[in-house]
Amino acid sequence: MLKNRIIPCLDVKNGRVVKGINFVELKDAGDPVEQAKIYSDGGADEICFLDITASNENRETIIDIVRKTAKACFVPLTVGGGVRTIQNITDLLLAGADKVSINTAAVKNVDFVKEASKKFGSQCIVVAIDAKKVSENKWEVFTHGGRNKTGIDAVDFAKKVEENGAGEILLTSMDKDGTKSGYDVDLLKTITNSTNIPVIASGGVGTLDHLYDGIVKGGASAVLAASIFHYGEYKIKDAKEYLNSKNVSVRLTNV
Amino acid sequence: MNVTIVDYQSGNISSVINSFTEVAKGKVNLEVTSDINKIKSCDKIVLPGQGSFKSCVDSLNSISGLVDTLKDFAIINKKPLLGICVGLQMFADIGYEEEETRGLGWISGKVSKIDNQKGKFKLPHIGWNEIEIQKESKIFKDIKNKSHMYFVHSYEFIPEDKSVISATTDYSSKIVCSVERDNLFGTQFHPEKSDKTGLKIIDNFLKL
Repeated sequence: MLKNRIIPCLDVKNGRVVKGINFVELKDAGDPVEQAKIYSDGGADEICFLDITASNENRETIIDIVRKTAKACFVPLTVGGGVRTIQNITDLLLAGADKVSINTAAVKNVDFVKEASKKFGSQCIVVAIDAKKVSENKWEVFTHGGRNKTGIDAVDFAKKVEENGAGEILLTSMDKDGTKSGYDVDLLKTITNSTNIPVIASGGVGTLDHLYDGIVKGGASAVLAASIFHYGEYKIKDAKEYLNSKNVSVRLTNV
Repeated sequence: MNVTIVDYQSGNISSVINSFTEVAKGKVNLEVTSDINKIKSCDKIVLPGQGSFKSCVDSLNSISGLVDTLKDFAIINKKPLLGICVGLQMFADIGYEEEETRGLGWISGKVSKIDNQKGKFKLPHIGWNEIEIQKESKIFKDIKNKSHMYFVHSYEFIPEDKSVISATTDYSSKIVCSVERDNLFGTQFHPEKSDKTGLKIIDNFLKL
């Protein structure tokens, strides 16, 4: 049986790990390569890097981090942030990333998703959707780390990226991100019910119960979290043991 | 010992290179190449494959003499070859991804889309799944039954001769996830991304 994945996410800025509270007030804490290795040794099912300032800064830093991480961690590595061109994807994959996550560039031009998935295969194209609730059961897509409104309906967009070859959707609730009050389960449920590709839940995890809700109530195939793991509140192992105790199937490792 | 990872410009093989490099450290000479002469003279071959069946087959065919060299190596001379993901799928006679495409025809069978039971199972099949070992395989030495491996694919290999199947995994049906015949090995999952158990499989292959 396919296991539900637990994915720690490392937000990286200038080569250092940070975690923003609603994407502001960044705290500096840690070397990303070392942190990734701790996670993978601890049983993380995948590792995710989000280069939060990639849009404006030199991309070499993240590529170097990916290169070092890929030589030390032998679980899948997803990298997002500022992925706009086929060349960006090529560079990240050559450095050792297994998947790239595309956000703004996919919203601007969904053909980019098509082109990328045709060239590299759907298996390595994740589309990151940042959504904000606008009314009852209605969510809108935002870009640029939640700053820009697009007027695009999140459900329509999710279907569209699936049609265009996305292999997975990384769904972040902008209302919940950084709040530690749990995923937006309604958003998750709506998107997982209207698409046939795996959805990774993101934004809002504060307790292990939230991971359970994302999988069981929201229908997510994988749960992504940053701060609860990053600040040592919980280990990956704690999360897995907890989910396992509640009959959610996860990959238990002997570490 | 010299082991070649065939670089035929098909998708992302960085992870395969990284994992094999890690396991081979100081023990095995690893070469990443599409040079026919180097491939001919090596001891073992790793045939990775990402992207679609068609794009991989097209890439193999675009390198003059490569397909015949691989066939001589693995089928005629029966030297060890490990196909990973689409690298395994290409052993089949035919694949149906994008359009009907002829495979290498080394193990009779076809590669078709996983039946997702009208959306009940999400595709691609992405993530960690348990393998059910069906027969003893040299690459499964010290690998426990029900070990977790990392998968990412939407198509499955269906061989005609079921005796080649060394492991299956459960996803909508029993999907063939590993084959062995003589010195020909293939895994649908990615040992290079499957943590310590994956590295063990690589180690087993390198130690053959």
